[in-house]
Amino acid sequence: MESKVGRQLPDDIMNELGFKPYETTDFGDPVIQRKAPKVHASTGEGKVVDSLEEVIRKTVRDGMTISFHHHFRGGDYVFNKVMRVIIDAGYRDLTLAPSSLTGVMNDTVVEAIKKGVVTNITSSGMRGSLGDAVSHGLLKNPVIFRSHGGRARAIENGDINIDVAFLGVPNSDEMGNANGMEGKSAFGSLGYALVDAAYADTVVLVTDDIRPYPNTPASIKQSQVDYVVKVDEVGDPDKIGSGATRFTKDPKELKIAKSVNGVIVNSPYFKDGFSFQTGSGGAALAVTRFLRQSMIDNGIKASFALGGITKPTVDLLEEGLIGKVMDVQDFDKGAATSMRQNPGQQEIDASWYADPANKGAMVDKLDVAILSALEIDTDFNVNVMAGSDGVIRGAIGGHQDAATAKLTIISAPLVRGRIATVVPKVTTVVTPGDSVDVLVTEVGIAINPKRQDLMQALGNIPGLPVYTIQQLQERAEKMLGTPEPLKFTDRTVALIEYRDGTIIDQIRQVAE
Amino acid sequence: MAENGEKLRRTMMFVPGNNPAMIKDAGIYGADSIMFDLEDGVSLDQKDAARYLVYEALTNIDYGKAELVVRINGDDTPFYENDIKAMVKAGVEVIRLPKVESAEMMYRLEQKVEAAERQFGRPVGSTKLMAALESAEGVLHAEEIAKSSDRMIGIALSAEDYTTDMKTHRYPDGQELLFARNMVVHAARAAKIAAFDTVFSNMNDPEGFYRETRLIHQLGFDGKSLINPRQIEMVNEVFTPTHDEISNAQNVMAAIKKAKAQGSGVISMNGKMVDRPVALRAERVMKLAKAAHIIDEEGNYLGK
Repeated sequence: MESKVGRQLPDDIMNELGFKPYETTDFGDPVIQRKAPKVHASTGEGKVVDSLEEVIRKTVRDGMTISFHHHFRGGDYVFNKVMRVIIDAGYRDLTLAPSSLTGVMNDTVVEAIKKGVVTNITSSGMRGSLGDAVSHGLLKNPVIFRSHGGRARAIENGDINIDVAFLGVPNSDEMGNANGMEGKSAFGSLGYALVDAAYADTVVLVTDDIRPYPNTPASIKQSQVDYVVKVDEVGDPDKIGSGATRFTKDPKELKIAKSVNGVIVNSPYFKDGFSFQTGSGGAALAVTRFLRQSMIDNGIKASFALGGITKPTVDLLEEGLIGKVMDVQDFDKGAATSMRQNPGQQEIDASWYADPANKGAMVDKLDVAILSALEIDTDFNVNVMAGSDGVIRGAIGGHQDAATAKLTIISAPLVRGRIATVVPKVTTVVTPGDSVDVLVTEVGIAINPKRQDLMQALGNIPGLPVYTIQQLQERAEKMLGTPEPLKFTDRTVALIEYRDGTIIDQIRQVAE
Repeated sequence: MAENGEKLRRTMMFVPGNNPAMIKDAGIYGADSIMFDLEDGVSLDQKDAARYLVYEALTNIDYGKAELVVRINGDDTPFYENDIKAMVKAGVEVIRLPKVESAEMMYRLEQKVEAAERQFGRPVGSTKLMAALESAEGVLHAEEIAKSSDRMIGIALSAEDYTTDMKTHRYPDGQELLFARNMVVHAARAAKIAAFDTVFSNMNDPEGFYRETRLIHQLGFDGKSLINPRQIEMVNEVFTPTHDEISNAQNVMAAIKKAKAQGSGVISMNGKMVDRPVALRAERVMKLAKAAHIIDEEGNYLGK
């Protein structure tokens, strides 16, 4: 069978797992029956457990689905500590369902797969040695990649049935009232973990800081928590977020960022009360800086900024240029620690942020989204998952979700080194071109022909030449030549789920 | 003299000839001129590689409207003749000779260039030339160098070597360069070619950069050599006319148009005669404003 973006999907796997191919970006208005978690009623006596070994012995059985969050990012100790015990105890056939997998988890996951401890994975993404191993066929069953909104949807409706959630927190009391914004290993918003806390059958908090009861503000509440485990350290504060955020000095990134800002400012959405999401990375931060100046120059304020948050965005909040910061994740220390001080910095869970299967998500109110791309093709389909060698090295994150904004801008260089970013067909479709409106590169912009209205608004910006995306693709190819097609085997190593639960593309094993 | 007054040459961006990433992206920043460097920016063991790379770039990459310049190695080096041949063959617009001290050096260069044009079937005279003055000797001969050839499009001051030769170094206020800058800009004006100021290399001192750029703008330079694309916008900002200058220029242009329509040889504005220098200045203001995207193609003010 084939998804609407023309990608072949493996019939046997699709049928076996009960998946449907992707059809449309429009979720419609179906009535959905959510799943409710099992609740082991208790008065809270004995929630505090002394060791991970004990809590794992009490809660984990072969074949279960276990989950983690990735808010500790590169400074995560919890995942490896829990998985060490699980691997050493000899568990089998577990499904790993974290919000995402960061580089520090790679070695452990590879070991768990090799030993048969983990046989299924669903995640937002994976990189490095793990992505490499999966792309070379290490895991028997295909990985299911889901967006942050898609994961929330899948948890709510039971596609992902979490038996035990191991949620690391920088503080908690003995009953399980916890937040992410205080303590030595504070990371700010607990956004992705809140869905696990609400829907997992068993919720285990792992912390290095037990505080007096009741611990407030409580993002995770005692009513959701089965066990609290004290460990010596949950994370490395220096690696949780990038330290001081630095603006890029790369002239090419600055040029692209300035052009992105030009597109926003000249669009019909740039008016008082507009909303935006920028993401992380040097170029995104530079966009924030240019946008700030344009907002001041034009006397325009934003109603909210959404998604993964950085310090420069919080600065705009404090400056009064943004009404609210709707924060599902914090990319740097500045944003993480300011949540406690700023009443306008609102923690939101992944469902509130981006889930299509609820009664309205923040992304539904989003005007402008600035997103990146490893590749974008002449149908505006975007790949943020597979590298130019076909190997898994990315994450969907909120890409598919934020792309439903009224103005979705893909900001990407025309070429990276000797690799084209604008290509005839992306290696893997993650975000369908139907949800993408404008591509901004260092040489000029391309507007999705479906957006004739934008052609009018953006067609005549001084210093911002408009090309067709075919022209940009040809320009890249002329500069770099035509690459040899990548070689894959017939075996599926991963499926890319669209945010609505359909499958938009597959990733196949790379040929040796 | 070559095409004076036609091209804007506010910014000449240096690109090391052995850096593929920078060569590939050189066209995206809106520099008026791009100068690929085969000389000081390229180490001795990279000279041949850089020559090949720049040749391939010139013949394969679309740099849009930018004027393409190559700084070849000096005529006292073993790379000089091969540089000339390769760049003429590639069809470069301008060859920049470093460390020029006399018109004689430009005559020799012109002969070699002409021979290369004949050898590679390029129209004779199609390769333009410019000279960089980097010593007391060169600065004192600025006029004869500027007037040395019909191919000359400009002369540039190169301050690092020059200040060393002068037994001084660069100071924030630029007093040490005042004489040289005036020599260069006068020689260029007398020869009706462009005058380029030297590079400013401290990217962490934007204030100093603006101060220096405003000074050379005031002196009458066409533009400045740059080592970082981020400086392009800063130079353009200094060279962008003010709102008042633009309205005045618009009025002058309207008066010229009106006089033409009436078949009158005398142009008058507000009862005063518009003479040639005023008309020329208005044209230049309009060109600069158009390049800065603050007026449209028809000359209507768009604002900042």
